[in-house]
Amino acid sequence: MAVPAPILRMNGIGKQFPGVKALDGVDFRLLPGEVHALMGENGAGKSTLIKVLTGVYDIDAGEIELEGRRVAFSSPLAAQQAGISTVYQEVNLCTNLSVAENIFIGREPRRLGRIQWTTMRRRAAEILARLDLYIDVSAPLASYSLAIQQMVAIARAVDVDAKVLILDEPTSSLDAGEVAQLFRVMRRLKDQGIAILFVSHFLDQIYEISDRMTVLRNGKLVGEYLTRELGQVDLIGKMIGRELADLESLEGRPLARQSAPLVEAADLGRAGSVRPFTLTIHEGEVVGLAGLLGSGRTEVARLLFGADHAGSGSVKIGGEPVSLRTPRAAVRRKLAFCSENRRAEGLIPDLTVRENLVLALQAARGWTRPIPRRRQDELADKYIAALNIRPADPDQLIRNLSGGNQQKVLLARWLIMEPRLLILDEPTRGIDVGAKAEIQRLVAELSDGGMAVLFISAELEEVLRLSHKVGVLRDRRLVAELDNDEGLTTDTLTETIASGARS
Amino acid sequence: MTSTTGPLAGRRTLPRKYIPVLVTAALFMAMFVAGGIRYDGFATGQIILNVFIDNAFLLVVAVGMAFVILTGGIDLSVGSVVALATMISAVLLQHGWPAYAVIALVLAIGAVLGLGMGAIIHYFEIQPFIVTLAGMFLARGLCYTIGTDSISIEDATFTAFAQSRIELGGGMWVSPSVLITAVVVLAAAYVLHYTRLGRNVYATGGSEQSALLMGLPVARTKIAVYTISGFCSALGGLLLSFYMLSGYGLHAVGMELDAIAAVVIGGTLLTGGTGYLLGTVLGVLVLGLIQTIISFEGTLSSWWTKIFIGLLLFAFILLQRLIGARRR
Repeated sequence: MAVPAPILRMNGIGKQFPGVKALDGVDFRLLPGEVHALMGENGAGKSTLIKVLTGVYDIDAGEIELEGRRVAFSSPLAAQQAGISTVYQEVNLCTNLSVAENIFIGREPRRLGRIQWTTMRRRAAEILARLDLYIDVSAPLASYSLAIQQMVAIARAVDVDAKVLILDEPTSSLDAGEVAQLFRVMRRLKDQGIAILFVSHFLDQIYEISDRMTVLRNGKLVGEYLTRELGQVDLIGKMIGRELADLESLEGRPLARQSAPLVEAADLGRAGSVRPFTLTIHEGEVVGLAGLLGSGRTEVARLLFGADHAGSGSVKIGGEPVSLRTPRAAVRRKLAFCSENRRAEGLIPDLTVRENLVLALQAARGWTRPIPRRRQDELADKYIAALNIRPADPDQLIRNLSGGNQQKVLLARWLIMEPRLLILDEPTRGIDVGAKAEIQRLVAELSDGGMAVLFISAELEEVLRLSHKVGVLRDRRLVAELDNDEGLTTDTLTETIASGARS
Repeated sequence: MTSTTGPLAGRRTLPRKYIPVLVTAALFMAMFVAGGIRYDGFATGQIILNVFIDNAFLLVVAVGMAFVILTGGIDLSVGSVVALATMISAVLLQHGWPAYAVIALVLAIGAVLGLGMGAIIHYFEIQPFIVTLAGMFLARGLCYTIGTDSISIEDATFTAFAQSRIELGGGMWVSPSVLITAVVVLAAAYVLHYTRLGRNVYATGGSEQSALLMGLPVARTKIAVYTISGFCSALGGLLLSFYMLSGYGLHAVGMELDAIAAVVIGGTLLTGGTGYLLGTVLGVLVLGLIQTIISFEGTLSSWWTKIFIGLLLFAFILLQRLIGARRR
């Protein structure tokens, strides 16, 4: 088959961080008019490769060629001017500015140096209309949902005269319809000869959209493959470097046992957040929460943990009425909450793995009773080994870890507290299959050991796989509570979410 | 983010960004009306013009401060740079320098000081608070190396600026300083709203990381705002020299805090990215009008000004917090 000359070629790329070799002799190429998926587990070096390519980081070794010319980008601006546009996993726009400005800032239409606001708004509306998005472009971006912000980011990237478009996990916050919309746009751009680099943890999406893929593992190149020639199982094998068999060992969850109720929430609610709901979580039980983005899943968790004040209702823990006015009170009652927003609400990027691990325990003990260094080291070593945190260096700074490993550190922080109820809000979002399976297995093990888990996830299969019982939320209301028996499938669950009750 | 439900949510929230400015405007109107009812001869146009005349230098300094605060920074050096500007002007005029050469030099010194601080803040990634605190001590110290006493200014051009009146008809007048200030305010508002530099200021204040990844010149923007603030401080210093006709190391002590107060009362968020220059003008007017009311009252000591400013600041910070919380 005739292969067109690559528009972008990276040879022998190396990048070193203190204590971590993030990339080691990686080759990569992008052909015009293709969608190329970059695959690998967390920490495999995908993000680093992208940041090197877009000028966020310098390279320590290797060279980059764009259209046959050797280039070295000193900044994202330089890369953008050379025709490489990027949409990052976390939406990197200024939410205080209007939608139109976010599309055009840096290259606003001007006359005699004066920004032409009317022209700008009109053109912004046109660009968004091409993405089937009809919104008020003069409203601040902050007033729109994350999904729409993502589409605006793509609109911006597309409208810059891009030769290479990099989409780093663009779909992690989009629903199915929005993903389809995005794929339509991607296919049209592909037909225009733009090379698209696509990163996603959703394998189905990769197989739907991509033509070719490059697999990385531990900062090294595994290989480049045509998507249609590499099956999913082989791909995962190449990503994790071992067979998939042990990942599938979670089947056959036992049904909810008749154990004592641990947390009983009665008519717990908060105006403007969640309507009053009643939910009982037994010891050793995994309760899944399913529902669309914004249906109130996180709000339920926050109420149970005392992060938000409940407006009505009561909570009993172990049969005894308690008032969970603050997270501190909840922590004293052995509740733990792993937030969905690990970057903003959980980790402290400039502290080490060990310091982040012991943070909650230290806070619970009070600052006047420091945890002895020896105990800290023991805990760190134990949990780094138990959760397979990589790199296995307790003195590494958190910000040098990949997303999945950061998530594991956050999880370990709460496990150290030996909670009776662990609330996990989207613990597997944006992390790869390997780490996802590890976290799922861990949840199963913990519940077998008697810990209750409230498991929130947008992926219904995951919820079904782990939970004994599933609570379904819709429009900020707990509409159904379903036992996870033979009859419950993703289809019935989807139907419940859609219709608001079990049919 | 969780509370944002869909595309239509944006339409109703649109005017919210104007609330802080509108509140400040309403407050100003209320104070003016209350003063007019309570005191004879208060409710005249000249009262407002006098506020401008007496606070022209503060307004210019606050304009520079607004640029800095919009990027999420802060500039504590402005008061000292104002004092330094008066001191340098006074000394050089004493030595017989031509007035316009002095003005040009002073403005250049202010801009260079700002440029230096901006460069340190950006390239060494140091908190603006600390860098400008150092700049504050440095500039104040430099005043005393020039002279510890007040030096009066007798130059003809400066006295002309100080004493001429520009009649506006109907018995109302302003000083030339007010005209200069008006030009500065209009120019600054234009820059903020209609130029790339201005929009980059807002973007940097909104999210520096995002601005960088969108390919905006964050370094240039951050350095530019401190340069603008330095320039505005020097210009404010010149206007203060016109007003006081003297240079003194103890001029404008604490003015940086008045400027910050004016910007915040004017509805600009200290975290950056949100606010209008009109708000800053209103902020200065509110501060000036408090002083006027207290001088009309006669029996209250001038410290009451500070008490009212303090209470107002609390109220406005709370207001911003409430608006910010609801947005999230």
